[in-house]
Amino acid sequence: MLDRLDETLNFHVQALRLRDQRQQVLASNIANADTPNYQARDLDFRASLQSALKGATASAGVKLAAPGPGHLNGTPGVAGAGLLYRTPSQGNVDGNTVDIDAERAAFSDNAIHYEFNLTRLNRQIQGLLAVIKG
Amino acid sequence: MSLFNIFNVAGSAMHAQSQRLNTVASNLANADSATSANGTPYKAKQVVFAATPVGENGATGVQVAGVIDDPSPMKTVYDPKNPLADAKGYVTMPNVNVVEEMVNMISASRSYQSNVEMMNTTKTLLLKTLNIGQ
Repeated sequence: MLDRLDETLNFHVQALRLRDQRQQVLASNIANADTPNYQARDLDFRASLQSALKGATASAGVKLAAPGPGHLNGTPGVAGAGLLYRTPSQGNVDGNTVDIDAERAAFSDNAIHYEFNLTRLNRQIQGLLAVIKG
Repeated sequence: MSLFNIFNVAGSAMHAQSQRLNTVASNLANADSATSANGTPYKAKQVVFAATPVGENGATGVQVAGVIDDPSPMKTVYDPKNPLADAKGYVTMPNVNVVEEMVNMISASRSYQSNVEMMNTTKTLLLKTLNIGQ
């Protein structure tokens, strides 16, 4: 039952983790809008989510044994969340590739998607609670 | 949670932008200071931004790598009545470009604003995350 629960909630949990990470990357871009030679970065959300879901279902409900103190606990991290460099739409004299309008749009977009995932996750939890309480 | 890291990123950017604003204020205030404590005319100052890693997993903040003297040539004004004038009657004035400084000021304040908004968005997201499952 517990791994079923885990599976039910897994999608939005993984999506939230990636949204969380992407928000940080976009924040770095906006913060460095005036830094010379800064290269704007972003992550491929679709590819990252797919690989995160694949990694999570492969090890769902299974914990790695970690008898030694130096052993990794095997918690599936956000796998494959490779950061890519943005292709600049317009060149800049100081070598900065941040397009502040695009970054702010992406930041707001990502924030709304984060809220969406949060809302969906909440609904799922409420649904499960309703089933449990009867 | 990478979202917490956004506060550090935005905070570092705000710190850097306010230092830039400070430099602009100093330059504008001294645009006509033909002499200073060491006897030479005031030289315009410029801040140099550099990207700096904040926390783990790829967050990048801003730091002020240094405050440099503006390398542009000093202005000379013909004013033989000025006590600071040389033998030919020219006074060396600061190399502050007032128009450039005003543009710098607007750019700095807008960037500061972007970072404040970024912090507010992040705060809203975090507060909503706290209410998960309620």
